[in-house]
Amino acid sequence: MSQASTEIVRISGHAGSVPGAGLNREFRVCKLVDTTTCIGCKACEVACLEWNGYTFSETTFDNTYQTMPETAWNYWNLIKFTEYEREDGRLMLLMRKDQCMHCEDPGCLAACPADGAIVQYANGIVDFQQEHCIGCGYCITGCPFNIPKFSPAARKVFKCTLCNDRVARALEPACIKACPTGCLHFGTKAEMKELAETRAAQLRDQSGFPDAGVYDPPGVGGTHVIYVLHDAKNPELYGGLPKDPHIPWTVQLWKKPLKWIGNLAIIGGVLGVFIHYLRFGPKIVKEDEQQSHGGTQ
Amino acid sequence: MRGDSYLLPNGRVLRYSFRERLVHWLAGVTYVYLLLTGLAFWSPWLFWIAVVLGGATISRELHPWFGIAFAVALGLMYSLWSRQMRGTETDKAWWASVEHYMRNEDEKVPSADRFNPGQKLLFWGFFWNGLLLLLSGLILWFPQQIPWNLRFLRLAAVIVHPVCALLTIALFIIHVYMGTMEQGAFGAVIRGDVSRAWADQHHHSWYEQLLRDSAARK
Repeated sequence: MSQASTEIVRISGHAGSVPGAGLNREFRVCKLVDTTTCIGCKACEVACLEWNGYTFSETTFDNTYQTMPETAWNYWNLIKFTEYEREDGRLMLLMRKDQCMHCEDPGCLAACPADGAIVQYANGIVDFQQEHCIGCGYCITGCPFNIPKFSPAARKVFKCTLCNDRVARALEPACIKACPTGCLHFGTKAEMKELAETRAAQLRDQSGFPDAGVYDPPGVGGTHVIYVLHDAKNPELYGGLPKDPHIPWTVQLWKKPLKWIGNLAIIGGVLGVFIHYLRFGPKIVKEDEQQSHGGTQ
Repeated sequence: MRGDSYLLPNGRVLRYSFRERLVHWLAGVTYVYLLLTGLAFWSPWLFWIAVVLGGATISRELHPWFGIAFAVALGLMYSLWSRQMRGTETDKAWWASVEHYMRNEDEKVPSADRFNPGQKLLFWGFFWNGLLLLLSGLILWFPQQIPWNLRFLRLAAVIVHPVCALLTIALFIIHVYMGTMEQGAFGAVIRGDVSRAWADQHHHSWYEQLLRDSAARK
């Protein structure tokens, strides 16, 4: 067992207990994105590509500052740009860094059938292990944030790793490193939550944003990427950030009650025909039996 | 094919033609592969099945193609059997006495045509569930092609696909049990023929009709 595997607390598609859960003391890490100080420079987008070794893909111009419509299998970090006119006539240029939210209760992991293809580390990072990925794409359906993306070339799914390879070596994620305005922060979940709340209070009290707040959605158990929003009551404004994300109810129904009802039904069916055989035996052809006992045809 | 061609010269009765047997086994073999790989994706405790079958990546690649082949087999079955599988007036009486059928008290069960109402249920159950499995399976084959604003299709497919699969598994368990344990049934779908006594006991109306057709020709 490698050192890293002792830090895993949840494994997708895994029968039985998680080998390393609870063995290590780990900080719960968190990325804080302050949308109110993002200038949309996209240094984080470039840093993400540089660190993870992807070439810059073709961009899609849609009359905004956004690089492409949504994240891609080799483009994990995207500034979502929205122009929004408030009721008081003030024009807002909303920039939100979109990436994997690293949910505490990850829908991708719940939906995944492949043993070990998705793991959740004790520090909160949810990571795809492509060597175990079978390319079914159930994670795409399980995710409430539209993050996992299928690579047609690799026939596997990719997403932001929260720079797990850097964090494991006590480095901050590449996007954080590149941010020139300081709108990106990285630390423990508790520290980041406190910093975010302080900033939100400042926006409410001193900057004229009475609805400013922190986005750390409880429906997925909280996330390891949190936002400060000027208008926390309308997260959808920020490039479609869901207001109350959950693991989709059909995925929950499929993975929990339906699974157990189905398993019991299958076992019951097999037992049922077996008991039928013991009680009544096979159907036999009665005249054939007479023939074999010397009957006439 | 009708009349004399069913009453074989060796005194036996042709139950299923070569074409019917071939289509049945196309469906059977593809269904078993779909069942095994599907169960591997269904439960972590059965994931080893995919490992035995060459690895889960291969299972994921081939499962949809076997699904297409199974759908083709269902289509062929429909063209072969849909007329004979239609419900009739006498089906209700058969279902009313299904308990006798289950207790092997066949003499108390209304006589069946070429297919008894239980077989009709099997056929239509597989046909309609197979159609839903095909449609939901096409969505699950290419989840990345479903745009975000149509994601309800994916969310519906992850329920429809296993529910329909479970319904076919229920039918499949009974089908395999009867097909292998009932005397003469397995031979009917392998070599194609059954004894006259078998035909008379299990599909009396059909057998009578064969005899009448044969007599009319002579």
